[in-house]
Amino acid sequence: MAIKDITLGQYYPGDSVVHKLDPRTKLIGTILFLVSLFVVKNFTGFLFCGICLAILVKISGVPFKYMARGLKAVMFLIVFTAVINLFMTPGDPIWRFGILKIAREGIYRACFMAIRLVMLIFGSSLLTLTTKPVALTDGMERLLSPLSKIGLPSHELAMMMTIALRFIPTLLDETDKIMKAQTARGADFESGNLLQRAKGLIPLLVPLFVSAFRIAADLAMAMEARCYRGGDGRTRMNGMAFHNCDRIAALILVLYFAAVIAIGKLPVF
Amino acid sequence: MQIEVRELGYTYSEGLPFATTALEDVNFTIPGGEFAAIIGHTGSGKSTLLMHLNGLMKPTKGCVLADGIDINEKTKEAREARRKIGLVFQYPEYQLFEETVLKDVCFAPKNYGFTPEECEEKAIAALKLVGIDPDAKRDVSPFELSGGEKRRVAIAGVLAMEPQVLILDEPTAGLDPKGHRDILNMVEQIRRDRNLTILLVSHNMDDAARMADRVLVLDKGHLAMNGTPREVFSHHKELHEIGLSAPSSSELLYLLKEKGLNVRTDIFDEDEAAREIVNALK
Repeated sequence: MAIKDITLGQYYPGDSVVHKLDPRTKLIGTILFLVSLFVVKNFTGFLFCGICLAILVKISGVPFKYMARGLKAVMFLIVFTAVINLFMTPGDPIWRFGILKIAREGIYRACFMAIRLVMLIFGSSLLTLTTKPVALTDGMERLLSPLSKIGLPSHELAMMMTIALRFIPTLLDETDKIMKAQTARGADFESGNLLQRAKGLIPLLVPLFVSAFRIAADLAMAMEARCYRGGDGRTRMNGMAFHNCDRIAALILVLYFAAVIAIGKLPVF
Repeated sequence: MQIEVRELGYTYSEGLPFATTALEDVNFTIPGGEFAAIIGHTGSGKSTLLMHLNGLMKPTKGCVLADGIDINEKTKEAREARRKIGLVFQYPEYQLFEETVLKDVCFAPKNYGFTPEECEEKAIAALKLVGIDPDAKRDVSPFELSGGEKRRVAIAGVLAMEPQVLILDEPTAGLDPKGHRDILNMVEQIRRDRNLTILLVSHNMDDAARMADRVLVLDKGHLAMNGTPREVFSHHKELHEIGLSAPSSSELLYLLKEKGLNVRTDIFDEDEAAREIVNALK
């Protein structure tokens, strides 16, 4: 697998309502959606969350296949959680083999956790897929700005995030290049036991760190050359404003959350 | 060692909607001991081609043969053939990582399972070949060297595998004129000492014309021209159409000819060009 195949957290350009919403609306919306997944107590609730998410994805115009590719990276985590839940949940066993046993509750829990994880990932990746990284961190900065009164450096945090996101592709490219160069010298990144493999990463990591420091120094120089000096008194080229669609989205969110709580109270499966 | 490329094709993300063809139907043969220059516009597929030549990328079509052995086979001979094709990337100094120069140059032979003594022997020979004094520099950290020295050490890191084919991707990128000349002279020297087949990717037509026995021109993933420098650079107009040019002295002679001066245009050497102009003006 090439490193570049990872789609998790990438922006998918589009022109939908979801793309156009204010990043703050989307941030709060995503957080509420993620919370709602933990409020849900039954499968009917998940069904409801799933349908709402599916509608949103449909509106956003991001191909489902593209989103699903993001799952690949965390497949291991999902399977691992499901398996652990499957075997470790106490209850009345319906199958046993030596010390391994599966309880009815285990199957229930395993499905429950797997669905929850998949939805968590879909929900949060919808945010990053439909919001440009810069808009996202701008939104975060604005949401956190009240906290700067108690000493939280919200601008600096947001700037750090922007820079980190901006340089992920650059560092991936760099990794790819160094890997190829070392492979051309006979380095082997794929075989051997865990210790050998970890040692095998040194020829990759050392040059990568050197590159990262070089890039960081260049960037710092470029920012200073353009008189960057932190967040105080800084204005924006594109100010953020809530529009009607944001108000409607907020309304839908409240209704959605109420519905999730209501379904949790219902005596359904 | 002879390198033969047959109907080579490579498509990125094959089968997906954003598939792009990087190479298509590339055919050429470089006999052992020959010096070939590959020229082409940025994005013409040069780097993709290079990575196919030592098996870093697997072709989606066609094959690469080294002395008749398909280098992408899974046999021992194919692995051995790949080892004999050394690839020096652009800015190779970014691959340095060890604590000392000697250890870094030993990296490649060590990976191929030579004993520590053999590795050291090969590394010292390689350092001498690139003009680094092994006694003075062997225990220095590679990060303390100057830019030009770093590049030489990195090239030594590939030469330590004792390749029979040396592929260099713009080895002079980012160097000053003196560093540029030094590296190219070094390549010539290595070629003579070890009787290597050389493939040099370059943006500099003067270097290609002066040093190469053969020039390959890539354009949009196709092999546009393949011949001696004289043959290739006589296609002055076609080269311009694909964003390249003839060597500078030849370009000057073309301009003079357009203005009505009766001169030959197939001259790539500055002194010879000067004599031709003087003769024409007499």
